Amino acid sequence: MQAVLSSDYSFAQFRFLQRLLLVHGRWSYLRMCKFLRYFFYKNFTFTFVHFWFAFFCGFSAQTVYDEWFITLYNLVYTALPVLGMSLFDQDVNDAWSFQHPQLYVPGQLNLYFSKKAFFKCALHSGYCSLVLFFIPYAAVHDTVRGDGKDVADYQSFALLTQTCLLFAVTIQLGLEMSYWTAVNTFFVLGSLAMYFAVTFTMYSDGMFLTLPSAFPFIGTGRNSLNQPNIWLTILLTSILCVLPVVTYRFLFIQLCPTINDKVMFKVRQAKATLPPPPRRPRIRRTSSRRSGYAFSHAQGYGDLVTSGRFLRRPALPRSSGFAHAGRTTTSFSPMGRSAGYSPTGRPQNAKVADVEVTSLQMYRTIQDAAL
Amino acid sequence: MVKEEQESANRPDNTAFTQQRLPAWQPILSAGIIIPGFVIIGLTFIGIGVALFVTSKSIQDMEIDYTGVETDSDCYKCTNTDEKNCVCRLDFNIPTLIEGPVFFYYGLSNYFQNYRRYGVSKDDTQLSGDLDNFKTPSDDCSPYETDDTFVLYQNLNGSNQEVPFDGKGIAWWTDYNVKYRNPDVTPLKDAFEGTVKPPFWSKPAYELDPTDPNNNGFINQDFLVWMRRAALPDFRKLYRRISQDDYARGLPAGNYTLQIGYNYPVMSFKGKKKVVFSNVSWMGGRNEFLGIAYLVIGSWCIVMSIVMLIVYAKFKFPEED
Repeated sequence: MQAVLSSDYSFAQFRFLQRLLLVHGRWSYLRMCKFLRYFFYKNFTFTFVHFWFAFFCGFSAQTVYDEWFITLYNLVYTALPVLGMSLFDQDVNDAWSFQHPQLYVPGQLNLYFSKKAFFKCALHSGYCSLVLFFIPYAAVHDTVRGDGKDVADYQSFALLTQTCLLFAVTIQLGLEMSYWTAVNTFFVLGSLAMYFAVTFTMYSDGMFLTLPSAFPFIGTGRNSLNQPNIWLTILLTSILCVLPVVTYRFLFIQLCPTINDKVMFKVRQAKATLPPPPRRPRIRRTSSRRSGYAFSHAQGYGDLVTSGRFLRRPALPRSSGFAHAGRTTTSFSPMGRSAGYSPTGRPQNAKVADVEVTSLQMYRTIQDAAL
Repeated sequence: MVKEEQESANRPDNTAFTQQRLPAWQPILSAGIIIPGFVIIGLTFIGIGVALFVTSKSIQDMEIDYTGVETDSDCYKCTNTDEKNCVCRLDFNIPTLIEGPVFFYYGLSNYFQNYRRYGVSKDDTQLSGDLDNFKTPSDDCSPYETDDTFVLYQNLNGSNQEVPFDGKGIAWWTDYNVKYRNPDVTPLKDAFEGTVKPPFWSKPAYELDPTDPNNNGFINQDFLVWMRRAALPDFRKLYRRISQDDYARGLPAGNYTLQIGYNYPVMSFKGKKKVVFSNVSWMGGRNEFLGIAYLVIGSWCIVMSIVMLIVYAKFKFPEED
């Protein structure tokens, strides 16, 4: 009891550790890393644009964007989508996480967020900021509205650049998220809608007449966002920011797939071919089972341990890092190749379905060429 | 019995939300979506690019620099800042009809209207006609203005015929009607009692257009156009429209003379001045960049989709995992 009170995490049975590590720990690592990478990306992109603008405004620290946008960017327009991603994102669900504990390895190898990942993120931001500044710059240079009036003014340019930025970072978030629940979708689309709602409110006559010096951008939305060339610029910029990322990721998945990619493809195939496996009800504890450690009255695993079977590597080469199908699987499956051992005498070659894995854990041989 | 109740009290909720089993869409970057997607985007962009490029090519636009840097230009004599109210004339030829309505812009280069201190040097409350703040603007206020004037003549049969300019409605509707208002005092001059015209202006605000009270003071259209700060150091601003009388269909080909009241010196900061005649279309003024950019990106998308198809066909990892 005292141990529980003074600990960060506590749980009552060792079997809970499996879920904690393989499901929740893994998801937590994934979410944290995605969150960090995306957060750095969106803020670096936002900031580097000012760096490029400095060359064109006499290095006077003039902001490219509207001051209200700068205030509300991290507060309202991009806060909730990121929060949604950090709370709900999953790459594969819990059952598949148990089936493939190799998915835990990227966490151990620090793959998702390291100095290298940070550097790549900064590079990506640099590229996006170049696109986000220079494309509007060139599109707006010496151009006018369809009726001849000004559209190359500072306020329209600010509105254009900030809209391009928001679309680009929102689409990028869409690419990062791999689990779109209703809540996430609402957050993402809602934030964009919120941007337009707040912007048009602040640029409206009413707000200006209340506080003229606080809302100087009056009329900018109405006068510039009804121009087709402005929207075409926004479209071009957002797509140009995002397409290289999509290309890069797709090629990487094809050429050097990570374990996550492989499992996700497997999940997709399984969904396409079979209905989702039914959740077995929790296996009730029977009197012949003990808690598994201290009170085992069965034969135990001593012979298995001393035989060294679980240290053996497979002799067959693998085609792509995964071997197998079905029965001969060497992946983590609860009723897998445990040499027929079972302290309780239950048969081991039951059908390898997605069994509720909180049953008494048998030995399994974790073998993966990647390790 | 008691033990079971305790167990169910401590057991966490088994709902989809708390157990993170919410129904969700789980997209992955599969070839079936990406490659056709790239092809579609590529084709769309090429289509848009062609439309933009063709439209841009059809816009006629003519620029004439009148800074007066070259010694043989008539405006060279005006670059001497000691000369006040200098007038210079530029002759030029328009080779083909510029279809109307033609817009006449003045442009400046290397002029940083987007400089931060320039931008804060105005008081919006004062400019919106608020009488309370009128005489006590904010501390940052120190305005600048350009005041070159232009008159255009067409040389017809040896004599010069003035081309009529239309200066109505050259600023944004919201600027004219909402953002900038004159203080509610007639005559306007009285409202400015006790104030001093800004040092760089040639005329005080209430004399910007004495003939038309709807164009005087803070709602003068030229003033409004100038106050709309440009985003970049090279910019053009609408001066007048040419769309009346004989010139309703455009500026016919021929010889023209532009008479410039050269008041604003730019040589000190290596700036340049120019005038631009241009017509417009649905995409605004002439801007080839957007058309070319769309074409380039569209072609790149098509190329990448082919590359990805090749990579996918050759290297896809076996899906019979």
